[in-house]
This record gives sequence, C-alpha cells and structure tokens, in this order.
Amino acid sequence: MATQARKWEFVWRRLLQTLPVIVFATFVVFALLKLVPGDIALTLAGDNATEQRIAEIRHLYGLDRPFLVQYGSWLWKAVHGDLSVSLLSGEPVLTSILRSLPNTLLIVAIALLLALLAGIPLGIGAASRPGSLLDRGLMTFASLGVAVPNFWLAMILVSMFALERNWFPTTGSVPLGENPYEALRHAVLPALALAAGGMAEVARQLRSSLAELLSSQQVRTLHAKGVRPAVILWKHGLKNVSVNLLTVIALLANRLLAATVVVEAVFAIPGMGSLIVHGAVHRDFPVVQGVVFTMVLIVIVINFTADALYRVVDPRVRS
Amino acid sequence: MSAVINDIEQGEARPRRLRWRLDAGATISLLFLLLVALLSIAAPLIAPYSPIAQDLTNTLAEPSVAHWLGTDDLGRDVLSRLIHGAAASLFSSFLAVGVAVALGVPVGLLAGFLGGWTDEVISRGIDTLLSFPAIVLAIAVTGALGIGLVNGMIAVGIVFAPQLARLVRARTLVVRQELYVDAARCFGASTARILWRHVLPNTVQPVIVQVTLLLAGALLAEASLSFLGLGIQPPHASWGAMLARAYQNMEFAPSQMYPPGLAILCTALAFNALGESLRVALDPTMKHR
Repeated sequence: MATQARKWEFVWRRLLQTLPVIVFATFVVFALLKLVPGDIALTLAGDNATEQRIAEIRHLYGLDRPFLVQYGSWLWKAVHGDLSVSLLSGEPVLTSILRSLPNTLLIVAIALLLALLAGIPLGIGAASRPGSLLDRGLMTFASLGVAVPNFWLAMILVSMFALERNWFPTTGSVPLGENPYEALRHAVLPALALAAGGMAEVARQLRSSLAELLSSQQVRTLHAKGVRPAVILWKHGLKNVSVNLLTVIALLANRLLAATVVVEAVFAIPGMGSLIVHGAVHRDFPVVQGVVFTMVLIVIVINFTADALYRVVDPRVRS
Repeated sequence: MSAVINDIEQGEARPRRLRWRLDAGATISLLFLLLVALLSIAAPLIAPYSPIAQDLTNTLAEPSVAHWLGTDDLGRDVLSRLIHGAAASLFSSFLAVGVAVALGVPVGLLAGFLGGWTDEVISRGIDTLLSFPAIVLAIAVTGALGIGLVNGMIAVGIVFAPQLARLVRARTLVVRQELYVDAARCFGASTARILWRHVLPNTVQPVIVQVTLLLAGALLAEASLSFLGLGIQPPHASWGAMLARAYQNMEFAPSQMYPPGLAILCTALAFNALGESLRVALDPTMKHR
C-alpha cells in the first residue's frame, strides 16, 4: 500500500518537473519569431504591404510591446487553443493542425506497429543465438537503418511498388473515418519507409539488453540449476527486458514523428510535415510555430507517459 | 618501487592515451571518407563537366562513355553534380557540427563545472531542447533565418548543440571532483584556466566520438532540408538537392535517385562506423567485447 502511494507520488513529482519543460518549450517556440532578421512586421505583412497593413500586423502581434508581454499574451492565447491565423490563407492555425495531425498520426502508428511486430522477434532471435547469421545480419541491417535517408527509401518503395507495379497509390492520403481500406492502402508505403529504420532500432535495443541479461550471474545460476534455455529466455529474460521496451517505444515514437515530416513530402500527404514545410517556405510563421508547438507537446506527453508507466510497472524501481 | 611512484605520478591526471586499432570496417570507412573529401576538394579539377552546364538536347540520358552516370532532366552530367555535390554536402555537415560544438561544449562545461542553479537552469534547457523533434525544429529555424544552405546548417547545428552540451556536462561533473582539479585550485589557478587546461582535455574523447556520429546526422539533415527545398538553392548541387530533382522525374527516370542516395547512405554509414569504432577504442569497459 505504501509503495503504491509512493509510486503515485513519483508520478506527481514527475508531472511537476515536466511543467517547466513545457513552459520553456513554449518560450523557445515563441522566440523562433525573434530569429527573423530585420523588422518582423515587414516580413509578416509580406511583399507590397501598405503602411496601414504593417501597423495592423504590429498591433495584432503586439510587436509594439515588450518581449515578455508579447510572450505572455501569446502563451495565454495558445493555452486557450488560439494559435493565431495563417498569414497566407487566414485559416485558424489550430484548424489546419487538427486537419493534418490525423494523417501524420496514422502513418506513425502503423510504422510503430510494423517496427515492433518485426523488430521484437528479430531481437529475441538474435539475442538467443549471439554471433549467428541472424545476429550478424541484424547488426548490419541496424547500421544501414540509421544511415539511410528515410525519404530516399520512400522514393525507392514508390518506384518499385507504386510506379512499376501498381500495388499501392503513389501519393495522397484518405481519412481513416471516410474509407478505412483506402486509408490503410495509402498509408502502407509511407509507414514501411519509416518503419525500416525503427525496426532495426527495436531489434538492436532488445538484443543488447537481452544479451546482457542472458550473460548475467542470475542466468548462469539458472543454467547451473538445470533450467531449460527456452524457459530461461521466455520466463526470465523477456520478463526482465519487457520494461526496457517502454523506453524503446517512446524513443521510437519520437523519432518516427520527426522522420515522417520528410517522408510526407515524398507521398504528398497533407500532414504536419507538409504543413510546416509549406509554412517555412512561404514564411507563414504562425503555422510554423503552431506545428512546432504541437509536435513538442506530443513528444513531452509521450516521454512523460513512458516515464510514469516505467515507474508504475517496474517493481524494481522504488525511489 | 620506482615503477609504482612512476605510476602514481602519471596517474589519472593525464587523459588516457588514444590507442585505436582500426578494424576492417573502420579502415574502409576512413579510406572512403578520405576519398570523398579529396573528391570534393578537387571537384573542379576532377569533375568531367561543369555541374551547372545544361544540355537540353541530351536530357535524362542513360549512362554512357561520355556521361558515366548519365545526365539529369536538364542534361547536366550526373557524375559531375555528384562530385560537386559532395563538396556542398560535406561542407554543410562540418558547418553544422562546428556550430554545435561551438555552442554545446562551452555551455556543457559551464553547467557541469559551476553546478548549483546555473546547472539546474541549463540542464532543464537542454532537456527541453532535446524534446523538440530535431528536423522539425531545424525546418522552423531555417524558415525564420531565411532559406538557404548556410542558414539551414546553422539551424541544424543549433538543434544538435544540446546533445553535446549534455555529454560535456556529464563528463565535467566527473572531472571536477578529481584530485588534480582541487590541486590546481590550491595553486591559485583561475576557473578559466582549470576549465581550459584540466577539464576540457578530459571531455575531448567522448566529444570526438559524438562529433563523428553527429556528422552522419548532419549529412542526413542537409539531405532532408535540401530535398524539401529549404537547403541549397538551384542550380547548385548537393546530394539532397539531386534527390529532389530525381523525385520530380521519378516516373520517367527512376534510376536518377540511386547515385545521390547511395552517396548519402555510404557516407553516413562511414561516419557511423568510424564513430562506433572510436567509441569502442576509447571506452575501457568495452575492450573485452
């Protein structure tokens, strides 16, 4: 009972530690605007802007007020879901983000699933036979996985499976709610391009933590007592290592979320990546800020959840 | 007896001498990287054509004796663009990592050495910056600074800096408790001198490993930014920009994507292999692997 209480106390403390990170993150997002050289109002107003328009922008963004006041009012609005409007289309940024986010999350979720489904068996296989062909092949594959540009892999997949053979559509995406079959068909190639590196990463991490455990004193004792290797692997090995998987999943989710930005461009998927790239190219700063803000919030939430779960699930963590 | 004294004198004050035996992978990687570096330095001498000379009568040509890797959609020689692109891609990787070192190392040193609330604030800042998806932040910073290769790579450097800062901070925390740091302080050495003479040299080895690995990351980041149109601008070539053009012609000439893609893959692979080899060589606990 007491340990239970302590676990929740930990979660609360961790939540309190997360708050400054969130506040600082919002500060960084806001300060992005300050990196713009010259008068921001001129840039924001775009080419051929009238004096009146520039003055309007200056007032709209509160550029005539002190920096911290600007930040405060921006944060206040952001917390209430007002991420300002796009300079190009005039659409509220939150609306654009809510429209794009599901497309991105669908690909990331499928990629994560693929990476785990393939990576976990591979990692177990490699760890149970260190130095085998599978083990060495996996290590080679893992080093390829971190060095290959995802978007190049995406291009190869498109060329092979969408252009040469008409198995999958080349571009675009369909909302999941509208037509689940087509939505998944559109998501397969982008998810595969993302998952390849992730799968190698999962397998490599699992292999190294499992291999370390299998060579420990504890396991050697089990061997000495005559416990069958299969029992050791499944009962003792995986039970101990499964907690590490939480960390790997969180890490992977973060990485996939970033990598999808470029892969989306290959498939012309209207997701978060396309949104921020279009915003950056056309200097649509509210959109850029909105996307960075959303992405960093998602990452912080993922990290917090993984950390909290880790402490709650793992009986070894007490302090 | 004298040997013992000798041991004590040489003690831990000196950074461990780098004993680096190159394994096969690292040797190949090093040779490959040297070759790429040589090609990019001597690009104007070696490349058979100008990288921006168009020949609209001979576009998307198959590989031939005149054009070993064929021509692109504007009739430019792919091999020449690949060689000149190497210069742009390598230069931008080193620029980004240089920015990361210049920002990350001093911040990490200060945080680790000063401790207290300075460390607390800096560490929180590092945690926060590491929460940002790197390429997303790089795109945003590039958008703010203005589109272009140099701005893009400064952005990547800013995004990579916290990784180095965290590494240096952790190492500094260990080093600052060493006896020789106390001794130096007793002799009246200033903080700046202690940092420069005693702490910094001890952080060099992990930083070298990380820098090698970051070079691979920067190369991929350059490719991504240029692919998205936020990096190098036409008509100049970088490997990422070549992939962007190949993408536009994917339906008619799918083979265009392979030379730049393979160049990126091999170079990133070489940086990573070199970094891993260095890590093993420098980490005493991994000697018996």
